[in-house]
Amino acid sequence: MARPEIGALIGAVVVLVLFLVVAPPFRNLGNVGTVLYGSALIGIMAVGVSLLMIGGEFDLSTGVAATTSGLTAALVAWNFGLNVWVGVLVALLVSLAIGAFNGWLLVTTGLPSFLVTLGTFFVLRGANLGITRNVTENVATTSIADMDGWDSAQAVFATTFKIGPVSIKMLVLFWIVLTVVAAYVLLRTRVGNWILAVGGDDAAARAVGVPVRAVKIGLFMFVGFCAWMLGMHLLFEFSVVQSGEGVGKEFIFIIAAVVGGCLLTGGYGSVVGAAIGALVFGMTQLGINYAGWNPDWFFSFLGVMLLLACIVNLYVKKKADAR
Amino acid sequence: MSPRTETAPTHVGGATTSILEMRECGKNYGNVSALRGVTLNVRQGEVTCVLGDNGAGKSTLIKIMAGLHDYNAGEMFVNGELRHFSSPRESLASGIATVYQDLALAPLMSVWRNFFLGNEIKKGFLGTLDVPQMKKVCGEELTKMGIVIPDLDRPIGALSGGQKQCIAIARAIYFGAKVIILDEPTAALGVKQSGVVLKYIVKARDAGLGVVFITHNPHHAYLVGNHFVILKLGRVVLDAHRDEISLDELTAEMAGGKELADLSHELRAADPGKVVEPHTVTGGIDAPSGVLPRVGEDGREGVGTPRS
Repeated sequence: MARPEIGALIGAVVVLVLFLVVAPPFRNLGNVGTVLYGSALIGIMAVGVSLLMIGGEFDLSTGVAATTSGLTAALVAWNFGLNVWVGVLVALLVSLAIGAFNGWLLVTTGLPSFLVTLGTFFVLRGANLGITRNVTENVATTSIADMDGWDSAQAVFATTFKIGPVSIKMLVLFWIVLTVVAAYVLLRTRVGNWILAVGGDDAAARAVGVPVRAVKIGLFMFVGFCAWMLGMHLLFEFSVVQSGEGVGKEFIFIIAAVVGGCLLTGGYGSVVGAAIGALVFGMTQLGINYAGWNPDWFFSFLGVMLLLACIVNLYVKKKADAR
Repeated sequence: MSPRTETAPTHVGGATTSILEMRECGKNYGNVSALRGVTLNVRQGEVTCVLGDNGAGKSTLIKIMAGLHDYNAGEMFVNGELRHFSSPRESLASGIATVYQDLALAPLMSVWRNFFLGNEIKKGFLGTLDVPQMKKVCGEELTKMGIVIPDLDRPIGALSGGQKQCIAIARAIYFGAKVIILDEPTAALGVKQSGVVLKYIVKARDAGLGVVFITHNPHHAYLVGNHFVILKLGRVVLDAHRDEISLDELTAEMAGGKELADLSHELRAADPGKVVEPHTVTGGIDAPSGVLPRVGEDGREGVGTPRS
């Protein structure tokens, strides 16, 4: 009962049962792939965001950073007429650099991550639009679907394959693998122990010799990596990237992590929980559609879910501590 | 690093050797000098007590030894080598472990994770944590020290102050510290819990460690200390071996010694009515009585006048 993801698990079961009852199409096995895909779009970022939150920091620039990554790959390949893979690689470097910059600024200035990444959020939001319009004279990238390397890159980032009646997007596989790896790192490696300690009490961690600065910068860079994965998927799924996309998504990733049991104050949480949080989000999104409810109410429903999950998490944690 | 050639050990041929030695150490923060000319010897198998009031320079002293700040006057020798620490890691690597007042424990992490924080046991080529082994060692070490925690997965924040203090000390000893610095370990504890911690200090001393016990409680210090250093305003005002000083003297020195006598004198001067002897009161001065002078509406003094 002491695990942080218990609240999310209860929530997921409740949501699942609810929509199985009220939304007949939800029972169709073929829709599992759709639900999982919706969840993966949130979950892939929630992996990085949850580790970062356990490490005691926030990132508000994640949504637009994913767009930046997609734009970078598309614009570099198109503008210079290069192989698409070169763009993909440049985008990875840019994403890691954004993460490293966030982390470096945080540990150097001591400013709260809320402010640092809020700044980055606005800078990227503006740059996404400004640079795209400068290069393509449009608010979206030009399609790069006919360029060298597109087919192989699309095969990696945006394939769909079938398991029985269920069609699974590649992103879902990435999401699951990344979640498993991150959960293993957090719970079963030395770095994971450091992440928990840095988020719990960074002065204490420093005093026993944990390289606090390196851990924080590394976490921000991992978030950058996740943004790159999402950005690449969006690019190769739709072949164009809208420069204004991603605004507001950062909170959804944070919500998935919080529903999954991550404390806003750091030092406690679970990567698997964040994945379950993303799953709750995915099920809700589709469930409302399938149930024929007015989708205008989606966000209200989400807000209620968030509050309930937090209350359950708090209750479970109190119970566990009081043993 | 220059070997200690010109600085002979203080206890030549003695039973104890100096592991950490400070000579005329000083530290300035800008214009403020927090520590001046501090000479201190930490020997194996001895408890060196550092006493001092708030602002006496105890924290600065700890920070220098723990590697959080560097000193900028004098010399510090660790195992006979002149050292300047630039990080806590260096201090730790030299065998100096510091147990801070806030204990350097992450409250939401489990007992065993905290115990091994920064010294995790790994196995296999992936560097997986050896969780069963870590739990086993942690349980054994704590039992050795007489702490029984049935569930090592409990968050450390759920334990009592004394238990946390002991875990922090046990951790320092297990990871091969030669010197442990304890920053006010009994300050936030009750009498019984303090007793438990003091017993650990003795255990650590008997295990051959050099213990630096920072405190402002002379009673606690005298129970376990071999050597006493009192700091005041960044200077050493007393440096005595246990044989040279009694508890009463230590308490008096700690309470301020001459300063306290001066203060008492000053207080008497400030409020004679409360402190003067009874016969002087009956003898001369009248207590004020009747109507006291007050200021009228026009600002002039006196509707009534005091009786003379």
